[in-house]
This record gives sequence, C-alpha cells and structure tokens, in this order.
Amino acid sequence: MKCNFCPKPATLHITDLHKGVVKTIHLCNSCAQKHIADLTADVETDPAQPNEATAVSMLQLHLAEVTEESEEQEQQRCPICGITYQEFRKRGRLGCPNDYTLFAEPLTPLLENIHGSTQHTGKIPRRTPAESRKKYELIRLRNELRQAIRDENYEEAAKLRDQIRTLEQQQASE
Amino acid sequence: MNVEDLVKTSGEWLRGTGPESDIVISSRIRLARNLADYPFVNRADDSTRLEIVETLREPLTDVPVPSRMHYVRVDELEPIDRRLLVERQLISHEHAEMPGPRAVALSEHENVSLMVNEEDHLRIQVIHSGLALDECWEEINKIDDSIEEHVTYAFSDQLGYLTACPTNVGTGIRCSVMMHLPALSMTKEIQKVVNALHKINLAVRGLYGEGSQAMGDFYQISNQVTLGRSERSILSTLKDVVPSIIKYERRVRDALVKDNRDDLHDQIARAYGTLRSAQKISSEETMHLLSSVRMGVNLGLIDDLEIQTINELFIYTQPAHLQVLKHQTLSNSERNVVRAAFLRDRLSGRQNGS
Ligand SMILES: [Zn+2]
Ligand SMILES: [Zn+2]
Repeated sequence: MKCNFCPKPATLHITDLHKGVVKTIHLCNSCAQKHIADLTADVETDPAQPNEATAVSMLQLHLAEVTEESEEQEQQRCPICGITYQEFRKRGRLGCPNDYTLFAEPLTPLLENIHGSTQHTGKIPRRTPAESRKKYELIRLRNELRQAIRDENYEEAAKLRDQIRTLEQQQASE
Repeated sequence: MNVEDLVKTSGEWLRGTGPESDIVISSRIRLARNLADYPFVNRADDSTRLEIVETLREPLTDVPVPSRMHYVRVDELEPIDRRLLVERQLISHEHAEMPGPRAVALSEHENVSLMVNEEDHLRIQVIHSGLALDECWEEINKIDDSIEEHVTYAFSDQLGYLTACPTNVGTGIRCSVMMHLPALSMTKEIQKVVNALHKINLAVRGLYGEGSQAMGDFYQISNQVTLGRSERSILSTLKDVVPSIIKYERRVRDALVKDNRDDLHDQIARAYGTLRSAQKISSEETMHLLSSVRMGVNLGLIDDLEIQTINELFIYTQPAHLQVLKHQTLSNSERNVVRAAFLRDRLSGRQNGS
C-alpha cells in the first residue's frame, strides 16, 4: 500500500477521528513523523497561540479522503510558478493563484470535501477578477527576469524588463 | 518602534472590559489575502519576498485605525523579540520561525496586526476584548478595503480570495473567540461542548497545542469552512453558539458554588496563596493557578484583584516576556525563579494596597 501523501510505501496506519468519523490513513515513515509532529506542539516553545499546525494535518486528512489522480495529472506543471499537483499533495501548499484554474479538476473534489461547496458567496473586491487574472502573467515574467539575471543574460533581462513595464503601465491605465 | 518596549505596556484587548469578558477573553478575525502579481510565499525566493515586503509597506501603514501603525521587519529582529511578539499574539509561531524577508504592521493599541509573508502574502488580524465579533468585522473590512485601493488581490468569481492552502480559500476568514471555561473543564462537561461544535463544523483548540484539557482552561472556538458561505453567515454561526456556551459555563459555576462552595473556595484560595508565595513556578502551573484565581474573581470569592491584572499575567509570565524584562537570557530553572518573584510582586503588592 502506498503512503497517502507521497509515493513511498506505507508502513504506518493511523486511525484519526475527523468530523466525528473514524478514518484510517496510511503513512510512510517520514510522513508519519511529520504528521505526529504536527499534532503535538511543544508547550514551552509554542506559547500563547492556538496552533495552526492543526490546519496542515487537517488538509492532509482531506487529501487522503479524495481519490488519487492519474500519473499525468500528478505531473502537470504550472507554467506560471512551476509547481506540479504532486508537489502540492506532498506539501499542502499551492504555488500561485493560477494553480486553482490549472488544477481545477483534482481540486474540486478536495474543496467539496473541505468546505462542502465550490462557489464563493462572500465579499467581492472592488477590482474585477479579470484584472486579477491579468496580473498572473507578471509572476511569470518576473520569474524569468530573475532567472535571466542569474544567468547573466542581460539582453534577455532588458527585454523582459520592458515587457514587465509595458504590462504594468497597461494595467495601471485601465 | 522598539519591540522590547512592549513589556512596559499592555494590549488594549487584555483590559477585560468588553461584553461577557468574565468568560470571553477576546474576539479575533483574520483575513488571508494574496497579491495577484506574485507567487504564493512558499514558491517565492528571498528577493521576491523582499519585493512583497516593500510593496505592502505603504498600504499597510496607511490603514484607517485609531492608533499609529508601525511596520516591523520580523526577519531583522532578535529571536527573543520575535518570541515576544508571539507571546503577545501579534504574530504567529510560524511567522516567527520561518525563513526569509517578512514583516508585521502593528497598531499602537495592539488591536491590529498585519503579517506579511506568513503562509499568505498578507494576514490581516483584528482583536478586541470580550465578545465583540461585529466590532472586529467592521474594522477589518475597512482595513481590507483600504489596502485594496493600493494592490490587486488574487481573486476569482468562483473561488473568491485565492490562498496558498485550499482550507482558507473563498472568504479567507477565520473568526475566533477565546473563552475561559474552567467550570466546564473541571466537570468534564467540556467534551459535550466540543462534540456539539464539531458537528456544526466549528473547531475547538486549546490555548496550547491539541490536548483535550486546554492549559489554563482556555478554548478557542473558530470556523473551519471558508468557502460557500458569506462572512456575515460565518460570523452569525459563532454569534449564535457562543452565548449558549457562556450560559452553560455560568450554570455549571453556579452549581459548583451551590453544591461545593467550601471545596471550590478552598481550591481558589490555595491557588491564590501559591501564586503569592511560591519561590519557583513553571509556566504550566502558573496558567493552571491563574485560571482558578480568575474564576475566583468572577465569582466574588477573591475581591482584591482585577481581571485585567490576571489577563496580563497570563502573557507577562511567559518566557520571552520574563527575559526581556530581566534583560538577559534565562534557563528554564532560572525563569521559574524569576516568574515566581514577578508573581509575588504583582499579586502581593496589591493586597497591601500599595
Ligand atoms: Zn509519505
Ligand atoms: Zn502556479
């Protein structure tokens, strides 16, 4: 049997109480250690605050509940931030706003499992979602710019800088 | 701003004067937000994190709050000062320990703290004394609007505010109420409360870690679901449920006084006595005894002590506060000596009316 959070073989089987339902999760050695560490916070070094670490293990429980993805889906890489769905499963954190669109298929059952819903009904910011989406391109361009500077490819860097400036000005004047 | 000056003052939310403040210590709301033009923090390298810190500096110091805002680079603080901010509940444990450029904008009254580059680019937090969720929401909503005038948040029609972890997506809101429930803990009735709250998707966490008996009998009750419900509806679930827990705690307290007055009074008087005379005391024991004393004040069994003093002692007797106060690093055993001296000073001074 495979570990619920990574491809390694599961060696530990933990039964957790979650939403009043008993669940068994299967873990490899390293994920099990992390899981247990998340659940037991050290009193002396963790004062004054209800720990948010619980949120991490809660997410892992939800992840364990939804069906596994195909190999192809697991390996699909975000063109903006470079994360794969498999990396998300392992670390429990997405890489950029675009991932919600790119990984919509596997994320939908997960969100359903966590929230019982997949439609936002709360506050809406004054700026439109379209404006928000256009900004994702800036994430990619800035990443490429940093890479170009690291590679000392100054010609490419100058070109990227112009593109970024144009895009920023376009968006500011809209 | 000198972070260490915090040991000379105390946060407004500790004053213990809000509605139901004998049982509800504080109400807190936090909103998770991300900028649309940067990768989430865990995929951002140091130079990107620094850009985010600088991009948010002005929007965060301009927010509409009654007291002045200070922008503090958390990564440039000494570890002891970061611990101090954690004990003060102004930043999270994660924010104190994680690597990379990060910041927090703090209001002078300590009601508002805006963490930059925690799990999300921005964590907006407002805290008030007592049961004051509406007050928190009004203030945090204004702060959120004001920041949005300067930046574009990552947002989608379908999923709302986009966050690094899918458990926060949608409203990005976490509303929580910190409650002091010694009578429910003592009688183990708390387990019934926890079970009932889980059924309606509310989380219950102890003040420390995850044990079933929270240290000092403090429990934080908060929403789990952030998507598919409006902020108002999430708030109203808590506003519906908290008064019935308060009523339950009061009922059990009354029953304890009625049936076991002598035992209860004895336990509380001994706790007070220990705090005023101990020569060495751990932070766990301090929490435990302060909890009894706090209930004693609320029940009128102790009449020479104010709730605010007790609320402050819960914070001031923690490791970083003691060390900053003493201007030196202290071992665990040294801290226990300093803590006991501090408690004797704060508690017995009052008794003599000085
Ligand atoms: Zn594993
Ligand atoms: Zn991405």
